[in-house]
Amino acid sequence: MPDPTTAPLVRARALTKSYGDFQAVRGIDIDVAPGEAFGFLGPNGAGKSSTMRMVAAVSPVTSGELRILGLDPATDGPQIRAQIGVCPQEDTLDTELTVRENLVVYGRYFGMSRQRCRQRADELLEFVHLADKAGGKITALSGGMKRRLTIARSLVNEPRLLLLDEPTTGLDPQARHVVWDQLYRLKQTGVTIVLTTHYMDEAEQLCDRLVVMDQGAIAAEGSPRTLIEAYSTREVAEIRMGVGDNAVAADKAEGLAERMEVLPDRILLYADSGDAVLEAVHARGIRPQSTLVRRSTLEDVFLRLTGRSLGE
Amino acid sequence: MSTQPGSLEMVARQWDYFRTLFRRTWRGSIVSNTVLPVFFLLAMGLGLGGYIDDGGSSTIGISYLAFIAPGMLATNAMTMAVGESTYPIWVSFKWEPVYSARIATPLRIVDVLNGLVAFLLVRLVLTCAVMMAVLVAFGTVSSVAGGVGAVLMCTLLGLAYALPVFALSASIDDDTPFALLFRLGIIPMTLFSGAFFPVSQMPEALQWVAYLTPIWHGVESARMCTTGVVAWLPLAGHAGYLAVWVVAGWLLARRQFTARLADG
Repeated sequence: MPDPTTAPLVRARALTKSYGDFQAVRGIDIDVAPGEAFGFLGPNGAGKSSTMRMVAAVSPVTSGELRILGLDPATDGPQIRAQIGVCPQEDTLDTELTVRENLVVYGRYFGMSRQRCRQRADELLEFVHLADKAGGKITALSGGMKRRLTIARSLVNEPRLLLLDEPTTGLDPQARHVVWDQLYRLKQTGVTIVLTTHYMDEAEQLCDRLVVMDQGAIAAEGSPRTLIEAYSTREVAEIRMGVGDNAVAADKAEGLAERMEVLPDRILLYADSGDAVLEAVHARGIRPQSTLVRRSTLEDVFLRLTGRSLGE
Repeated sequence: MSTQPGSLEMVARQWDYFRTLFRRTWRGSIVSNTVLPVFFLLAMGLGLGGYIDDGGSSTIGISYLAFIAPGMLATNAMTMAVGESTYPIWVSFKWEPVYSARIATPLRIVDVLNGLVAFLLVRLVLTCAVMMAVLVAFGTVSSVAGGVGAVLMCTLLGLAYALPVFALSASIDDDTPFALLFRLGIIPMTLFSGAFFPVSQMPEALQWVAYLTPIWHGVESARMCTTGVVAWLPLAGHAGYLAVWVVAGWLLARRQFTARLADG
């Protein structure tokens, strides 16, 4: 018997998902420990959502092994789904119901009593700061409010495991921070969180550990910090040249940094000291229109691993 | 697994959803589903019927009003069932993916389908019962048992249409097939199914087409019930034929719901 306090809540081995001839997930291994915030970072089309739909026990596994809460989604789907919460990427709120009814009715699907559903709905509306909208229409909510309501709905059954697919995509910066704050508070209460994102700042903020996904496979795994240490330098110097001057400047800057990436709009020079690199750039007679020194981020890790940036 | 709740329990869990929705919509739904057939009864049954019955050339043995009343009951059930299983279902797959939210809970895809069927069943019984009250008011129902029988047959008829159309709504990406379904399916079936005149008036080939449509079986059996002229074996045959459509439609709908929701 595995120890229930440390046994992984999600365990995948050689997991794949195909749609016809297209293989969306190409054999991934993951373990998510209890209490962990685990992330899938990757661009659109990396296979993150396909993986999430399998973990949510909604989409059948094509091949490989998958266990959620120790159960097999092929045979125990309803039991798994009874114990997890799912916040999907698109809005799936019911516009025919009020804000509060969306929560009450959803709780009933889990077999909770009417009284418990109403009580839970009120608690959750408080938690996501929507209590004053309880009787309002869904269509009157902003994007950020809808997302918070969807998160509230995913918590109706007090799940052990919360799955969030792109929780802040499409939200403005302020709304994103509110969502992050709520997810952070959930994490503090011991809820295990699995999320997908193509925002490196979201992954850095929320994830204890993450996998970088690209084209259906896992390119790297670790905490945000260890990934940055392993795949990037401490700092990055960004220089912007005039249109069409990138190639010439890149030739001149050859050898100045540990590594160099030439993007369409700028050149990235990876080094432990960005300022030192910029001095060397000037010493070689390169005259950028603007410069910036920053710390390495997961975006740099992704660029290093795949040769592309996350937004592409 | 034996520890998992059964299908009935899963349908019951969706009841509060439908109840919440129904509380808001039932009045309008009943009015909109009853007004048109009442107009038809007035215009065709009393107006046209009064005109031709007076001519004394009746070959159908009963007043024209009594002849078309069960036809109105049946065609109304068909129209309502198709209306409820086209756009409302399609929109919930295409634009407001509420079913995908439902299957993220312990509900299975088949439970979501069964919930929709159960809700429609209730609304069909209700709509047919209200319509039956209208028929009674027009004095076209021979017995209580006949009235109940006609409501049951027309409810079955409604499901015989709704379930295959559920499958269609789950399968299509754009809604143009619905326009074809209404114009080339539902309206011709309303006109040529024996609701307004006996199908024996049509060329024989067309009569056979009518026999294949569920609506003809619905009209015939409803008419037996309301007029009190019941032939039991044919009545059982009509019920059996409609049941085949219901079962086949359910299997098809389950397949299409699964294809759309599990891997959509």
